[in-house]
Amino acid sequence: MTALLEIDGLNKSFGGLRAVSDLSFVVREREILGLIGPNGAGKTTVFNLINGVFAPDRGRVRFHGVDITGHPPYHIARHGLARTHQIVQPLAELSVLDNCTVGACFGRENLSLARAGAAAREAAVFTGLEDRLSTPASQLTIAGKKRLELARALAARPRLLLLDEVLAGLNPTEIERMVKVIRSIREQGIAILIIEHLMQAIMGLSDRIVVLNSGQKLAEGAPTEIANNTAVIEAYLGDPALATTLHGGAQP
Amino acid sequence: MKTDNTGSMPGDRRAPMLRRPFFWIIALVIVAFAIVPAVGNNVELRESLLLATVYITLASNLNLMLGYAGYINFGSIVFFGLGGYISVYLISAEGWPLAAAEFAAGAAVSLLALFFGLGILRLRGAFFALATIGINEGVEAFVSNFEPWGGSAGLYLSTTIFAPLGGPMRALWIIYFLLVAVMGASLYLSYAVKTSKFGLGLMAIGQNEDAAGVLGVPAPLYKAIAYSLSAFLPALAGGLYFFKGAFIQPPDAFDLSLSTEAMVIVMLGGRGTITGAAIGAYLYEELRGFLLTSQSFSNFQLVISGVLLLVIVLFVPGGLMGWIYGRWPRVKQVLE
Repeated sequence: MTALLEIDGLNKSFGGLRAVSDLSFVVREREILGLIGPNGAGKTTVFNLINGVFAPDRGRVRFHGVDITGHPPYHIARHGLARTHQIVQPLAELSVLDNCTVGACFGRENLSLARAGAAAREAAVFTGLEDRLSTPASQLTIAGKKRLELARALAARPRLLLLDEVLAGLNPTEIERMVKVIRSIREQGIAILIIEHLMQAIMGLSDRIVVLNSGQKLAEGAPTEIANNTAVIEAYLGDPALATTLHGGAQP
Repeated sequence: MKTDNTGSMPGDRRAPMLRRPFFWIIALVIVAFAIVPAVGNNVELRESLLLATVYITLASNLNLMLGYAGYINFGSIVFFGLGGYISVYLISAEGWPLAAAEFAAGAAVSLLALFFGLGILRLRGAFFALATIGINEGVEAFVSNFEPWGGSAGLYLSTTIFAPLGGPMRALWIIYFLLVAVMGASLYLSYAVKTSKFGLGLMAIGQNEDAAGVLGVPAPLYKAIAYSLSAFLPALAGGLYFFKGAFIQPPDAFDLSLSTEAMVIVMLGGRGTITGAAIGAYLYEELRGFLLTSQSFSNFQLVISGVLLLVIVLFVPGGLMGWIYGRWPRVKQVLE
């Protein structure tokens, strides 16, 4: 499989804090790549560097063969890279359908308003918002707003979807439904880069996982390799002895 | 995935223009403005409605920035004033006919707004609002010292300028009808923008500019276009208004209180609604006319508008139309 997104030697500092340092990885076509790490590891910053919210201090981001480093977010969206936000960002007074129509209008296909309406409806139905089409986004529940984030991103018909903790704050039933939705997105041929704290979910979903700690890549590999990686367990639990115990215990 | 295209959604943008009731409601308003004072040659009513057309024009165009894109433009009156100056100058000094002077003024002011817009629209919130006041004050200071435009003394037109229009009596009617046309164009512009992809982009910016950018809305360009677009018709209105008065002076042309009044109107009627801006302007003009007749307190309407703005922002943030939509949601399917 070919690389869809290539990240090469990315660096970003905020004042004296190095949020991301020398990070490189690729997301392949049709792949689900999990991005995990302890709080403050720089995961969301990586998303912000990829989709142009911040420009990196050093390093390149190439998407679908095009160098998009430092481009504004609205250019990058046009290339077919959509994202959801960890802290939901609904267009509060607009209806669910209009929120999705914005995504469709200004996404990869640059659709006319009439055609965007159909794409928006499709995305809203797909994410289970069909009963809420005319509801103002502000009146959705938190689970509804998370779905809307996803629907809006999907309406853009992207090549790659960046999902930032879409499962956080959902109850087990909602998580199950969301995981199903994410799986069927990939079946449509869309690659996914996902940040998630729910280990069970991300281990089950991802083809590969990149572990971030203090802005650096700690490990990369298949979910089973990551689950048994001592350095990763240490980073999460902080105690090598405890890590060893757990590590031993995890392998019956 | 299955799609469901049956059933009409509120705010359905796919119906052709001529089959939308709101298109005809605007047409009806324009016709009423043109006919009602003309029947019986009612000059007093004409003068009151003339001010209403100016208010509706200013408020509708301000609405593009304030209501749609969510940018507080305190200096919208600069478009009106500059439009007035440019056309009065072209008519008096260069001897241009009214129509040519009008369009030159509109085009020049729009171009200038695009130029200003690309500069100051990097700012957000209070900083943008302050910059718009700065532009108005800066332009006023410049004009007050600009000798070709008469400096602080202003420009006068001789009464003979009405001759090509068939004398003063007839000219006043023609100017009124032209202002009605400018008002109509403003309402249709608001409507066309609101039902377009461009308008949807502006409204996304108004809700959350960062999220809109991530969704692909080219915010810097859209804001600059909206700012420039919102300058054209107020410039025409200014040209006609000051041509009618045959006199223009910096304090009248760049009167910040008129800017504030336009904002009160938009908030009173309901931010982002076309009907709201129009009804708000009409109500405000009536209120102002009523208050001005009491001689005991000059400019008393400004006190009222201050209180009004406070009450609206605190208790009815959706304005008149927001309140109506809340009570009768079906109205939303007809009125924009």
